[in-house]
Amino acid sequence: MENVVIKTDKLTKRFGDFIAANEITFEVKKGEIFGFLGANGAGKTTAMRMLCGLSMPSSGTATIAGFNVYKQTEDIKRNIGYMSQKFSLYEDLTVLENIRFFGGIYGLSNRELKSKGEELVEQLGLQKEAKKLVQALPLGWKQKLSFSVAVLHQPKIVFLDEPTGGVDPVTRRQFWDLIYEASAKGITIFVTTHYMDEAEYCDRLSIMVDGKIEALDSPANLKKQFKAASMDDVFYQLARGAKRSD
Amino acid sequence: MRTIRFLLEKEFRQIFRNRAILLMIIVMPTIQLIILPLAANYEVKNINLSVVDHDHSGYAQKLISKVTASGYFKLTGYNVSFKEGMKLIEADEADLILEIPQDFERNLVREDQQQLFIAVNAINGVKANLGGAYLGSIIRDFNKEIRSELLPISRFNGAAGIELTSSNRYNPFMQYKFFMVPGIMAILVTMVGGFLSALNIVKEKEFGTIEQINVTPIRKHHFILGKLIPFWALGNVVFTIGLLVSWLIYGIVPVGNLLVLYFFASVFLLAILGFGLLISTFCDTQQQAMFIMFFFMMIFILMGGLFTPIDSMPEWAKVLSRFNPVSYMIAVMRMVILKGSGFKDILPQLGTMALFALVLNTWAVINYKKRN
Repeated sequence: MENVVIKTDKLTKRFGDFIAANEITFEVKKGEIFGFLGANGAGKTTAMRMLCGLSMPSSGTATIAGFNVYKQTEDIKRNIGYMSQKFSLYEDLTVLENIRFFGGIYGLSNRELKSKGEELVEQLGLQKEAKKLVQALPLGWKQKLSFSVAVLHQPKIVFLDEPTGGVDPVTRRQFWDLIYEASAKGITIFVTTHYMDEAEYCDRLSIMVDGKIEALDSPANLKKQFKAASMDDVFYQLARGAKRSD
Repeated sequence: MRTIRFLLEKEFRQIFRNRAILLMIIVMPTIQLIILPLAANYEVKNINLSVVDHDHSGYAQKLISKVTASGYFKLTGYNVSFKEGMKLIEADEADLILEIPQDFERNLVREDQQQLFIAVNAINGVKANLGGAYLGSIIRDFNKEIRSELLPISRFNGAAGIELTSSNRYNPFMQYKFFMVPGIMAILVTMVGGFLSALNIVKEKEFGTIEQINVTPIRKHHFILGKLIPFWALGNVVFTIGLLVSWLIYGIVPVGNLLVLYFFASVFLLAILGFGLLISTFCDTQQQAMFIMFFFMMIFILMGGLFTPIDSMPEWAKVLSRFNPVSYMIAVMRMVILKGSGFKDILPQLGTMALFALVLNTWAVINYKKRN
């Protein structure tokens, strides 16, 4: 059990009559790169927001990093990083100021803030832009910065909601290098994506259709299970039956 | 505590980077304090008077010239019939009709008695009220003059007259600017503080940055304090600018202690900022927050005793005004600046304001939800 960092049991979120996430049950092991797939409107973001303590579940249970999702949200928050679909660092602060602010909120010491800030800027190749306002950066760089800020405090798990949406292939590749690096440091990665090539990079995948998890296994096993040549094919077979979309 | 430091650092950076806000903080109080007190003047001049004269006598002439010589009235019509006078009122060319009846002079001399008739256009309540009162007092004056003319030996004229003289304490020349400026300063601080705080958290909601905050282990009251303190400082800056402008332009130096003034303004700012933040936590968009804040601002200002005294409001309105933080601020501003009230005198208001600040900010903290 020590090895399981995310465990959900029939986790459900209802908005009135609408069931956004329907009895989701799964486990994520420590150090895994877990892909959370699904068509638009399938309920991925809702599920992820519940796991991050941003949204109150309607029913079911979940434990994140050993903490209860109902009662211990603040403990959960200390142990996770989160990168939302929409860029949500401060556009009117510089790269370094954003790093300093979020690092500070997570309780990093002044020395850590300074060294981490420099390290991060160098790693992202943002030396020239470090003192520029974030709003001036291209989207790809913003996303890389967001990710780096999300793992700044070395969380146990990082949740990434479509981190590479709208980003060019080269930057996407670089982004996945960052993910691998974080994973190598022992951070569990929980990521949603629409790109099937990215799905192949994951250790295990779940595919959500209309609020339910319809498949969960490694990419290779899923292809075998659905007798499909590619992940694209697997996804298509499952998502074709979806009634919801946005 | 360290968290608050990072929050403050971030807020101040954002404020100083926002030129529009800085400009508003400095320019708005200056301009408003220069323009409003001069324009918002209760003294009514240029009341348009239409005279309907059925008498055409010497006394009638005398009365008319006395009225027009007062400087408050402008003769816009001199008519023969009341109907024509009414036409002028209907065309909005006259505010008042003074009707001098036929045989005005003769009756006055022979029968020692005569009636005059005033018709007032009450569409503009203030103008009508004051105009009627001015005209009444001019006519009384005129009455006294002709009495002494007709009955030179006043000792025998019978009617004993009580004359009233008054002195206006704390504002000897009844200058409206002395009355208005402290009130307008209260409004300025309210507007700047209220709107800045009401729009702030909603802005973070709109931009999505609040998500990134909500997913951190930040404490709710730290977050609210991180918003409260910068605006509190800005509010005090606005207040200081207001005091400087009213000193430089109107020569108004608070009679009372500056410390008392600042202390009350500080507590008031906490209350109004708490109110703004509370609205901010209820709204999803800046537009919503703006509308709601505007709704309350109108009530706070119009029922705050700036233009119309609370004492003359109906009972229910007086009760309402007890829940209006701005009314306390306006009252205390006037008390300290004009009257020189001290700490002890404003203690009741201070207590109420502290309660407002506590309740509103606690409510804002409770209503700010990191999880929905």
